[in-house]
Amino acid sequence: MDLKEKLLSSFLVFEDKSDADNYLHEVRNDAIKTFEEKGFPTKKEEAWKYTSLNKVLKEDYSVFPKQENALDYSDIKKYFIHDIDTYKIVFIDGKYSSHLSQTTHEGIDVCLMSSALTKPKYRLIIENYFNKAATKDSLPSLNTAFSNEGAYIHIPKNKVVEKPIQIIHFSTGNESAILLQPRNLIVVEENSHVQIIERHQSLTDNPVLTNSVTEIFTKKRAIVDYYKVQNDNLNASLVDNTFIKQKQESIASVHTFTFGGKLTRNNLNFYQEGERIDSILKGVTIIGNKQHVDHNTLVHHIEPNCESHQDYKGIFGENATGVFNGKIIVEKEAQKTNAFQANNNILISDKATINTKPQLEIFADDVKCSHGCTIGQLDESAMFYMRSRGIPEKEAKALLMYAFSNNVLSSVKIPEIKQRITKIIANKLGVNIGFDL
Amino acid sequence: MLKIDNLHASVEDKSILRGINLEVKAGEVHAIMGPNGSGKSTLASVISGKEEYEVTKGNISFNGENIDELAAEERAHKGVFLSFQYPVEIPGVSVTNFIKTAINETRKAKGLEDMPAKDMLKLIRDKADLLEIDRKFLSRSLNEGFSGGEKKRNEIFQMAMLDPKLAILDETDSGLDIDALRIVANGVNKLKNEDNAVVVITHYQRLLDYIVPDFVHVLYNGRIVKSGGKELAHELEEKGYDWIKEEVDA
Ligand SMILES: Nc1ncnc2c1ncn2[C@@H]1O[C@H](COP(=O)(O)OP(=O)(O)O)[C@@H](O)[C@H]1O
Ligand SMILES: [Mg+2]
Repeated sequence: MDLKEKLLSSFLVFEDKSDADNYLHEVRNDAIKTFEEKGFPTKKEEAWKYTSLNKVLKEDYSVFPKQENALDYSDIKKYFIHDIDTYKIVFIDGKYSSHLSQTTHEGIDVCLMSSALTKPKYRLIIENYFNKAATKDSLPSLNTAFSNEGAYIHIPKNKVVEKPIQIIHFSTGNESAILLQPRNLIVVEENSHVQIIERHQSLTDNPVLTNSVTEIFTKKRAIVDYYKVQNDNLNASLVDNTFIKQKQESIASVHTFTFGGKLTRNNLNFYQEGERIDSILKGVTIIGNKQHVDHNTLVHHIEPNCESHQDYKGIFGENATGVFNGKIIVEKEAQKTNAFQANNNILISDKATINTKPQLEIFADDVKCSHGCTIGQLDESAMFYMRSRGIPEKEAKALLMYAFSNNVLSSVKIPEIKQRITKIIANKLGVNIGFDL
Repeated sequence: MLKIDNLHASVEDKSILRGINLEVKAGEVHAIMGPNGSGKSTLASVISGKEEYEVTKGNISFNGENIDELAAEERAHKGVFLSFQYPVEIPGVSVTNFIKTAINETRKAKGLEDMPAKDMLKLIRDKADLLEIDRKFLSRSLNEGFSGGEKKRNEIFQMAMLDPKLAILDETDSGLDIDALRIVANGVNKLKNEDNAVVVITHYQRLLDYIVPDFVHVLYNGRIVKSGGKELAHELEEKGYDWIKEEVDA
């Protein structure tokens, strides 16, 4: 049985057991129909031209974990940002771990999707927001059909949430291969501010495929800073579907740091539904081996006087392949839009490749749009300059790569994350250099 | 300290250095002059270990050890320093982080621990003061958007930090106004002692009024065609290079 068939038959079992109300029931049923019609995306589709899921889909994934697994905090502490106080929503093989989590209902809701989907007190929010930003593409639909667990975050008006929120998904490898479909809903009301860190971590070499959907709503003047740390092991693949709907004067930023994983596809979509909105998309990708990373971004400028800033840096070694596909749509009404997009890449091996493609669809006449893609090598004259000052080749390379990623790192507002990322990069490059950025 | 024997070097089969002989002893200051394109910067790069250039004949020894096969960083660890004619811009790395890394990597190569942060800070302050460099300047990205003069001053600041045995200053005077020239020359002179040596590459006599050479060499067409004392520099200033070219080409 191939994965699609398996999913379709599992859906019946899943729905049977579920205690969802009619609303959710309908949404899920519509979604599975969409998935059934569309199937998994193939390279024939323009948006998937450079990324093939074929190999990844061949594994015999279990769709529901058979048992509940536990983990000792001391074994996995290193995957947390643990030097500052944070809220934590932690999942093990798709199941919530209350033991590792720290949720809250005091003034804000930082809790579970499963309770939000079933408890009456969240009903209004679910009806207003759940599946209201996600598209009807096949993978988001598949996720919607099975949507059951994930993070639910609701920040009421005028709250600055001091503690960042960590959403972490572990897979234990107790299943020989596992498919995970976390579903997150984040609603940030007027004038509120929240910082979120998301990470997926597989603890063995058993294959993992994660098809995640995150919907984020930022209301008037709200601020959301979202950090995705993608440093999973080489048998784990991730399709991240994130949809952000912004209201006027809100600021949403997403930093995506991609170092690990076998195949990583980020579908990051921003919809600007108000004036004077700012959308910020930043990424650092450093991969080697046979890793594949595909950043697929969309910024939809719908209203006037808004901005978007995209800055993606990529460093590709060995047989790695990268894709950057950045789409900007500026609607006719969206006058005075400022949209910036930059994608700069360094290939450090002859065998690595990158496909980079900006797509601009501009229907307004009074806009400022700039975009630029570069692909280059490490600067030889800079290498000699550094080495002549006593910095060895490997360290000099690392320093150049840091420097290259620096303007993305410098916009990270949580110092502990910056430190962590710096450390991951140093590890990745096999160096230990004693400077901070 | 530095002994260069019949050095030939080429790039992409184009021969640039064609038999250089030069000996620099501890405590000495040498000046290398010569028309544009004669190979001065190439010589400096080859001594520092730039891999682009291939040494086809001859050798370079440093304190009795043949360094031809050493990587640029290994030569630096032994005390070779090159102040670049065209310092490279490295956006995203501050002057401070760069020099800290250079110092600690050099210490690491010698089996030493990182320099304690407090000592580092003090060293940076002292040397910045010596070269009259503003503190704010140190947090800027290395050479990015620096004026010609700022770049050169920053090179000498790094030299002061690294305290090399042999410093090669490639056209450090170009781009400097007279005040900056005095500050830089004064810095170099303060660092100069009996155990180190300086090779000054320049077009003009001007810098040599401040950093007074013991020997002056004229490089032309990849060879040292004339050597003398500091008076040779004056002669070149007055008469230009044509008489030397004629002598050689005859
Ligand atoms: N990397 C290189 N590739 C090709 N030609 C070079 C290279 N480096 C130097 N040259 C050539 O070698 C000659 C000497 O250059 P250079 O050493 O810079 O001279 P100088 O510093 O005395 O002005 C010039 O003709 C220059 O064009
Ligand atoms: Mg030169």
